[in-house]
Amino acid sequence: MGWEWLMAQRWLLPVLVAVGLVLAFAIEYNLFNNEYVREVMMYVGIPEYTLEYTLFNKYVQLVMMYVGINIILTVSLNLVNGYMGEFSLAHAGFMAVGAYTAALLTQKVLPVAVYPGLFPLAVLAGGLMAALLGLIVAVPSFKVRGDYLAIITLAFLMIVKSVIENIDTIGGPRGIPGIKKLTTLPWVFFWTVVSIWVVRNFVYSKYGRGVLSIREDEIASDLMSVNTRRVKFLAFMVSSFFAGVAGGLFAHLLQFISPRVFDIIKTTDVLIMVYLGGIASIGGSILGATVYTVLYEILRPSNFADLVSWLPAVVLDPLNEYFIRHLGVGRMVIMPLLLVLVMLYWPRGIMGLREFRWFIPKRDLEAHHRQPAHGGSHGAAHGH
Amino acid sequence: MALLTATRVKHYFGGLCAVADFNLDLQPGELVGIIGPNGAGKTTVFNLITGVYRASEGSIRLRDTELVGKTPHQITALRVGRTFQNIRLFRDLSVLDNVRIAHYAQVRYSPLEALLHLGRYRREEQRIIENSRRLLGIFKLEHLAGEIAKNLPYGSQRRLEIARALAIDPELLLLDEPAAGMNPNEIDQLMEFIQWIRREFQLTILLIEHQMKLVMGICERIKVLDFGETLAEGPPEAIQNDPKVLEAYLGEGPVG
Repeated sequence: MGWEWLMAQRWLLPVLVAVGLVLAFAIEYNLFNNEYVREVMMYVGIPEYTLEYTLFNKYVQLVMMYVGINIILTVSLNLVNGYMGEFSLAHAGFMAVGAYTAALLTQKVLPVAVYPGLFPLAVLAGGLMAALLGLIVAVPSFKVRGDYLAIITLAFLMIVKSVIENIDTIGGPRGIPGIKKLTTLPWVFFWTVVSIWVVRNFVYSKYGRGVLSIREDEIASDLMSVNTRRVKFLAFMVSSFFAGVAGGLFAHLLQFISPRVFDIIKTTDVLIMVYLGGIASIGGSILGATVYTVLYEILRPSNFADLVSWLPAVVLDPLNEYFIRHLGVGRMVIMPLLLVLVMLYWPRGIMGLREFRWFIPKRDLEAHHRQPAHGGSHGAAHGH
Repeated sequence: MALLTATRVKHYFGGLCAVADFNLDLQPGELVGIIGPNGAGKTTVFNLITGVYRASEGSIRLRDTELVGKTPHQITALRVGRTFQNIRLFRDLSVLDNVRIAHYAQVRYSPLEALLHLGRYRREEQRIIENSRRLLGIFKLEHLAGEIAKNLPYGSQRRLEIARALAIDPELLLLDEPAAGMNPNEIDQLMEFIQWIRREFQLTILLIEHQMKLVMGICERIKVLDFGETLAEGPPEAIQNDPKVLEAYLGEGPVG
């Protein structure tokens, strides 16, 4: 009941976005760190350490930025793997293209040291470059589907990685060190919102419905006048564009990229986020990326120990001895195990094929739920 | 001038001749039936007209446009709609979306307008929602607009498929066994319904059917196929008494 009500308050979404943007800037520029805010907090009863140890904490900020980047990756991969029902493994490849393009631009071409405002141009260029490659990957999808296309996309990922490894001028296998740290919380927030907005717009357009119809029945889709090739081109382009954008942001956050960063493991991470959140759902992608990224960080031994430090020593000490200390390795078991359990007992993920009503255009909601205005001659037939 | 002309169309699957020398001359406004035993090549003819298969030989023309070599969506955009023998709805999508998808070729906005929801997007979306709901209303499905297609009862799925085909705004409608799985009472209703949509939407209809009651009842002309060959062609009365047709359907010699 409460949830229904909340989802009906559509004005909340733009408000949340605005608040998020303000918050992102405030955190970035340390605006909370002044006497007035502290006094207000004391007055309201918020303990001071919450700000100190959460929002101001560089590590927490870093995790927040990873969450944003992973949301971009998940939402964009969901377009191909969820909405279109293909199985692309090339996402890390597109991310690599975006990361390298953006990093090379900020290092060698754009004078970002003087004009940091040029950074989004580099990210945009990374996205466009990735989109261009997305066009090429879309071509085999005209002929093959399913497992076979998955193998082709895997081959594409390997090609991208090998090509980068073999071009010495961009560092070869050593990668690019010393990239400027230009990715900030406001920029991540901005690109996350843009990616969600554009993918959502795409999904709720004739092209997006074309994508869904291809998943359902490609031949019937073609026979219902859908230009399936065009739709596939567009879906792959939008998907790879945002993978490239995420790559650009990622490179300027980590400040170091190498071909090894963008291997199949990276794609697998995003796949897990897509299927955990649920296919064909933007809300699901946001949840999946957030849950996975946060869980991944919580399962670091030191974080986990901090988190349960309130337990009495009699519980904590053996727990620490036998479990938490080994979590570094255990994490690599726990996360895949989580995926196995999700697939077995929750195959549609958190939101599979469902959507937050906030993301569905009002026109669509009304068209689907509006009852006939009056009985009339046509609306009379109810049920069979 | 004929709406659809097929001349000496042949189609082979490997070495198997599925359609041999198929000729058809369909005048605007006609209602023509194709009958024949299973495997006679009836559905293949539909697939050749709509571009699912490319005819091995021969020519299929819609007015002045050659259809052989065109892709299905190009042919569909020339206002050729069809339904399928085994219902092929977009099963996991809503009833409304099933009909909206078929508007693809008529919706006029660019990919950029779609990505930004700007320009013609709003007006066009509103237009096709209204048209889809109008079609659903005609088929008494409007109250089910938000329902998932696969949850509909069989009869409604059949109606939805025809509604979806009409969303293409066809001039030529191809119905592949519209009466499959229907009882005699439903078939009577379907016959009236086909006549009605034909008048209402000014359609030329080509239909494949096994239910003789329907074919003989509403078709003006019937074409009989067997093993890819055309056995007979003519008005229902002539077909009913054609010895070659009787032989193909009932076998040679006295029955019993």
